[in-house]
Amino acid sequence: MATHEFAAEASHAHAAPQGFIRKWIFSLDHKVIGLQYFFLALASVCVGMFLSLLMRIHLIWPTAVLPFLGEIKPETYLSLVTMHGTIMVFFVLTTAPQAGFGNYFLPIQIGAPDMAFPVLNMLSFWTTFLAFVAAVTTFFVIGGAPLHGWTGYPPLSALQAAGPGEGLGADLWAISIALFCVASLMGALNFITTTLDMRAKGMSLMRMPLTCWAWFLTAVLGLLAFGVLLSACILLLMDRNIGTSFFVPLGTINGQVTAHKGGSPLLWQHLFWFFGHPEVYIAILPAMGICSQVLSVASRKPAFSYKAILLSMLSIVTLSFTVWGHHMFISGMSPYSAYGFSITTMAITVPSAILTFCWLATLWRGKIQFTAPALFGIGFVSLFVSGGVTGPFLAQPALDIPLHDTYFVTGHFHLIMGVASIFGIFAATYYWLPKMFGRMFNEKLARLHFWVSFAGTYAIFMPMHYLGLAGHPRRYSQLTEVGFLHDLIPLQKFITFAAFITIAGQLIFLVNLFWSLKFGAKASDNPWEATTLEWTTATPPPHDNFGGHTPVVYNGPYEYSVPGAPRDYVMQTDPEIEPAH
Amino acid sequence: MGLVLLIVICIITFTSIFFFLARTWWFPAGAAAAAAALDHQFVNTGVAMGIAFVVAQVGLGLILWKYRDRGSSGGAQYYSGETHSEILVIVLAAIGFMAMDIGVDVLGGHLWAAERFRPAEAGATKVEVNAMQFAWYFRYPGPDGKFGATTPELEDASSGGEGAIGLDSRDPAAKDDIVSGIMVVPVNREVEVILRAHDVVHSFAVPAMRFKQDAVPGLAIHMHFTPTRTGDFELLCSQLCGLGHYKMHGIVRVVTNEEFDKWLAAREAEKQ
Repeated sequence: MATHEFAAEASHAHAAPQGFIRKWIFSLDHKVIGLQYFFLALASVCVGMFLSLLMRIHLIWPTAVLPFLGEIKPETYLSLVTMHGTIMVFFVLTTAPQAGFGNYFLPIQIGAPDMAFPVLNMLSFWTTFLAFVAAVTTFFVIGGAPLHGWTGYPPLSALQAAGPGEGLGADLWAISIALFCVASLMGALNFITTTLDMRAKGMSLMRMPLTCWAWFLTAVLGLLAFGVLLSACILLLMDRNIGTSFFVPLGTINGQVTAHKGGSPLLWQHLFWFFGHPEVYIAILPAMGICSQVLSVASRKPAFSYKAILLSMLSIVTLSFTVWGHHMFISGMSPYSAYGFSITTMAITVPSAILTFCWLATLWRGKIQFTAPALFGIGFVSLFVSGGVTGPFLAQPALDIPLHDTYFVTGHFHLIMGVASIFGIFAATYYWLPKMFGRMFNEKLARLHFWVSFAGTYAIFMPMHYLGLAGHPRRYSQLTEVGFLHDLIPLQKFITFAAFITIAGQLIFLVNLFWSLKFGAKASDNPWEATTLEWTTATPPPHDNFGGHTPVVYNGPYEYSVPGAPRDYVMQTDPEIEPAH
Repeated sequence: MGLVLLIVICIITFTSIFFFLARTWWFPAGAAAAAAALDHQFVNTGVAMGIAFVVAQVGLGLILWKYRDRGSSGGAQYYSGETHSEILVIVLAAIGFMAMDIGVDVLGGHLWAAERFRPAEAGATKVEVNAMQFAWYFRYPGPDGKFGATTPELEDASSGGEGAIGLDSRDPAAKDDIVSGIMVVPVNREVEVILRAHDVVHSFAVPAMRFKQDAVPGLAIHMHFTPTRTGDFELLCSQLCGLGHYKMHGIVRVVTNEEFDKWLAAREAEKQ
């Protein structure tokens, strides 16, 4: 393999900045940018969670008058739905695990002093920040936030007269997503180049931690997917503002004939889901890497079959671009293509099952330490299985007929894409918090946080599957109109109460995080006795990551409990060990 | 901690499974010809995935409990997962899942093909379903068997019925078209629905019929189903269509053939 010390050193010409603004605001340091992304995602998740809380309250007390907010109207409920989805998918699930932790730890784990393009990195963060500002601003403009859902199907999303929120709010929404796409494309280029060109001597591709592989593959997904969404958003903005008709056919809205004709609403759906399905894996792949990492550390064993995990992730990446039509089985596209999309979708069960098997086998015959990151890694596996097993129902177009657009789907994707990824983020946070901030967190509070989140998550999302079986449609702001929905209100109440408890449980995390930053015990350089490069450097790492020298790598990333080794872990920089089986 | 995890995971797993088995919340009783086979396929998939779910979750719990760090001197056992026998196990697991996939693809695909690959039968009752914010209108072609022309310019939602869908009364084929606010169809005869949306995307969902299909502006989507029980069945919009999405519901009334003919004749008479 090629080593690139020259490239690494040349690109890292910038010295440690001194002023506050260059150090913490417009920083070129990947670690600071990683933290900026982390805190942006934290702010976003608080907003997204608050919106979901309002939704849950409204569903079971539709006439409740809330302090400061008043009564939630049906259109406001749909705005909450839209922005909850948008904020969670883009600014949390895409931002935290990839842009946040990836930015901070990819260069360190491969032994590089920074990302390949530091200025691009800074630009990409600030563009994301602008996108977030645009998203949040939608609530404060005339008409409020759009009500078309995070999937933004036209003509609803393309016509200003389609409802409240479809004016300036919808423009800002599309601009926000377009900006996010631009930022993600810049980020993806940076991640790919860094991984390929900036590895330290000895860090062959097959010695990279699985987290790095996950970030790299996610970047490849992002590069191919976000460009498509960006184009779709631009076309949508043109339909909305300059009279084109990409997505809008001849029709009426609010009693008026529209000025469009000849467009295809299904074109948007194809473009959107061509991005949308890879996006699911953009959210979860980093969590897969993190899970492989923390389970290996916790069980003091190598991640079971590095190659199988890697191949599975690669297969998922490849397949993810061939399955988008499973979101469109009943959209009106050709029923023959549904057949093909179903086969590719079902094929994803194979790498997913192998991954699950590998994680279980990693724990098998280990010496499992139930640290907070390990607990969240374990929670991730459990949620991945639970969210995964409902996939084959929805992958079958025939079964999708009764289940499509019901709470069954909501339960499915929240478990697998939402909460499983969030558990990955929590595992990463607890795992790397000592390295990032030099402080340990409170272990008891972290465990309490795990138990509330784990049980709470299941209490919220498992019952949604039952609602879906009974035919409960998604995105209904009131349950009083349709007869059979009355019978399901008790279950909706249960979900809301479970959400109250689970959301309250997240306060434990926030308190623990901020308390630890200030008062946590000082962390040692390698508190988990882990092997990868970030644990060889100071805590927190210096500006150039390794204090003036470039590490040289001799071992794989998961050499735990190697027979004959003096201790139960062999650092990647330790003298080369004989490969053991 | 290992034991607590095992217990909690088992409680979650078996509680989740219990409500599926007990069918506490379940599909409404089927009222269409396709329902039984579809429900059967759901149960078959449920058995396969239920087994995978229980095995993986309980396996996870047991491993956590058995291989917890007991503080003794014994360490973990080194497995790279890349010896021939270990790879063989992975490959066998992959083959097992591939076999399951193929089974599901064939059985599930067959059902889909049966429903969606063929056009409606020649004698099917034709109903054009018109969706608009936030109402359903159902049009019958009348004795001439032809739907009259409609144009967006003539649409007037406030007038309801024919006005709402923009029926062009100058077209001779439109003279005998019947437009109704509820959908009336005869039992045990295939219904061909022609789905149209006038403004945004809607979705025509009748849970008891196990039927759902989006209505998309610019397209006339032809689908069919066969009601097998008389009665009123709830119809709802299942694609987000705007602020009144939650109240865009209606009734599919399934009646005997005689009642259907009588109803249609009465509507024709009203129109003349």
